[in-house]
Amino acid sequence: MTASTDPAAQKITSVEAITEGLDSVGYIASHRIATSVFIAQNLIKPILVEGSAGVGKTELALSTANWLGLPLIRMQCYEGLDESKALYEWKYGKQLLYTQILKDKMGDTLAGTDGLDAAMEKLHGFSDLFFSEQFLEPRPLLKALRQKHGAVLLIDEIDKSDEEFEAFLLEVLSAYQVSIPEIGTISATVTPLVFLTSNNMREMGDALKRRCLHLFIPLPDEKLERRIVTSRVPGIDERLTRQLVSFVQMLREQDLKKLPSISETIDWARVLMLLNADTLDVDMVRNTLNVLLKHEQDFAAIDKSIPELTNKAKRY
Amino acid sequence: MQQTLTNFLRALRSMEIPISPAETIDAHRTVDAVGFANRTLLRDSLCVALAKSEEEVGKFDECFDKFFTREEFRDRRDEESRQPEDPVDPELIADSPLAQLLMEGSESDLAQAMERAAGASGAANIRYATQRNLFNRRMLDQMGLRQMERLIAALNRSETSAGTAAAQRLESAREYLFEQAQQYTARQFELYAQFAGEQLREEFLVKTSLSAVELRDFQRMHRIVRRMARKLATRYNRRRKHTKRGVLDVRRTLRRNMAYDGIPFETVWKDTKIEKPKIVVICDVSQSVAAAARFLLLFLYSLNEVIASLRSFAFSGRLMEISDILEHKTVEVAIPEVLEKIGFRPTDYGQAFADFDDEFMDSLDRNTKVMILGDGRTNNTDPRIDLMRRMHDRSKSVIWLNPEPEPFWGTGDSEMQRYRTFCHVATTCSTVQDLERIIDDVLKTYFRS
Repeated sequence: MTASTDPAAQKITSVEAITEGLDSVGYIASHRIATSVFIAQNLIKPILVEGSAGVGKTELALSTANWLGLPLIRMQCYEGLDESKALYEWKYGKQLLYTQILKDKMGDTLAGTDGLDAAMEKLHGFSDLFFSEQFLEPRPLLKALRQKHGAVLLIDEIDKSDEEFEAFLLEVLSAYQVSIPEIGTISATVTPLVFLTSNNMREMGDALKRRCLHLFIPLPDEKLERRIVTSRVPGIDERLTRQLVSFVQMLREQDLKKLPSISETIDWARVLMLLNADTLDVDMVRNTLNVLLKHEQDFAAIDKSIPELTNKAKRY
Repeated sequence: MQQTLTNFLRALRSMEIPISPAETIDAHRTVDAVGFANRTLLRDSLCVALAKSEEEVGKFDECFDKFFTREEFRDRRDEESRQPEDPVDPELIADSPLAQLLMEGSESDLAQAMERAAGASGAANIRYATQRNLFNRRMLDQMGLRQMERLIAALNRSETSAGTAAAQRLESAREYLFEQAQQYTARQFELYAQFAGEQLREEFLVKTSLSAVELRDFQRMHRIVRRMARKLATRYNRRRKHTKRGVLDVRRTLRRNMAYDGIPFETVWKDTKIEKPKIVVICDVSQSVAAAARFLLLFLYSLNEVIASLRSFAFSGRLMEISDILEHKTVEVAIPEVLEKIGFRPTDYGQAFADFDDEFMDSLDRNTKVMILGDGRTNNTDPRIDLMRRMHDRSKSVIWLNPEPEPFWGTGDSEMQRYRTFCHVATTCSTVQDLERIIDDVLKTYFRS
């Protein structure tokens, strides 16, 4: 792995470089997040990113790829995902055509041999093209391994996949290679940077956890969230940012079924910008709250305290 | 530095963060990559490499802060400078390196010497609070305390003014050293053994009879039981599809390969789907099992948290469904509520079974497992064996867990011997350990079939 062919190794030189780099593509990374990317590159290990929905798990992978200028290869996991969809598949149609051509050519090729044994002998002389790379349809995992300059591989919502699939991932994640029975082992040209995200739908197996670095992204504190909003919603009024962030922060202290996360804050900020708001007011909050809260019960629980919370937030 | 890291990993283990050999290697490689110079960087990198869940991240941060704090030795020279004394004649204390260190060395020299002595005396092996003094003493001996004590005695005996003055100063220095050593071992204890006691207590609780567990251990017990329930659930909840390898599903294979002119490129194998467990639990909370009832309910509560289709009932005189209470309330509220509503009255198995027959017998089908937790003591009322038989006939299996040991069955008002005829399994279950084993078996047979 030389520096000229691996932009990841070139750019990831220190934690500060990562923070700055991600900042330049609009992702405000905490120190821990930047460190995890740094360690992942140095230890050549995948990162398992956990956290509640909308805290920027997937966004981290997207931004990293964006910053490093590497292709992002994304694999969305779901129940029933298997290796023919994740790793490779044979191009059946092409193989079928190939057999047809073979049938036609067979007579010519075997002309002049006498006896079945001699014909078989001759056939063995040809290389086995049927199961070769030409007929291989690479799926995300294989694609990621074969990128010349490395890639960012995002295995999204791994917790939604089956247990067997998790076990099958182990080879890819620890050795960065895949075994195809008909061909052999294919190893990565340049090891890709791998992110796995999980919403904690189920506990991941120990074997998988052991092979990964673990990064937990918590809900951000007020200061960080303000920076994120400013970075993501350019041109937003500073006072409005302060008010809406403090409103969301207060909301997170309530007993809600689903706490609003960063993506909801950003959406809300965008909505408020569209409405040309420069400060929060009770009616507007009530009308746009469905951006932040996704459950009817949450809405009902908060409804009464909206004026109070809004007034508190307005003090900022 | 390697030793430091090894000790740190041990401290993490004692906080119940599992560190495998592979993770040890990772930790070393991480340190290679980032070095020890930047504290935040070191903490965040090791955290990323070692802590594997949200809970562990919290524990890790706590442990890191505790471990990598070297409380600065309080600068005793400040105090002494207020009452300046002549420096002790170096020749007088030439015999004891420790005395020299105390009199002339810097604070960091002393701290380092203490670390070395701690390493040599194995202070990191501390396990119980009572060992603190022992390790204290060992550490000080390692530093050469005996030698210094002999020196002090000799100086006192010499009866020269310089000698006694030196002895006095050495004595105060010794006290200071004691204090530091005590603080050091206290911190070692916190790091390596704080949770050892807790672990010991839990190990003990798992083997204690349910009726003997005291109320003050309720929280701890809840933790154990919940961990157990979760372990069982993750083991069994997921395996719903089980492929019958080698049996071709001809119909589906043909259909899938229509596109290839009927040439079977893709084969489809038959598989059997296993349904989610349907379990009905009936729990006795009457006077006779009063002591165990709380924990049986606790178990039921934890089971309800992890198994989706569980219906639970409790009875003493009458029977009621408690699924809703367990589902919607916290454990601290739910269990007392159940006990208050229905618990601690004289048992009437016959009536309870009749209640069950009236309302819920219809819900039993041949996929349902019935689990009864109770002692089978009927207070000499009609045991309604006929209803027990009906339950047995309608359901897939009936399992009876009895907190009493088997020789007691059938003695006095116990109808256990008659009930057991209609149970597929009837067994004693008096400790958490029993409980785990039995439930494991139950789920295993359930999923095999």
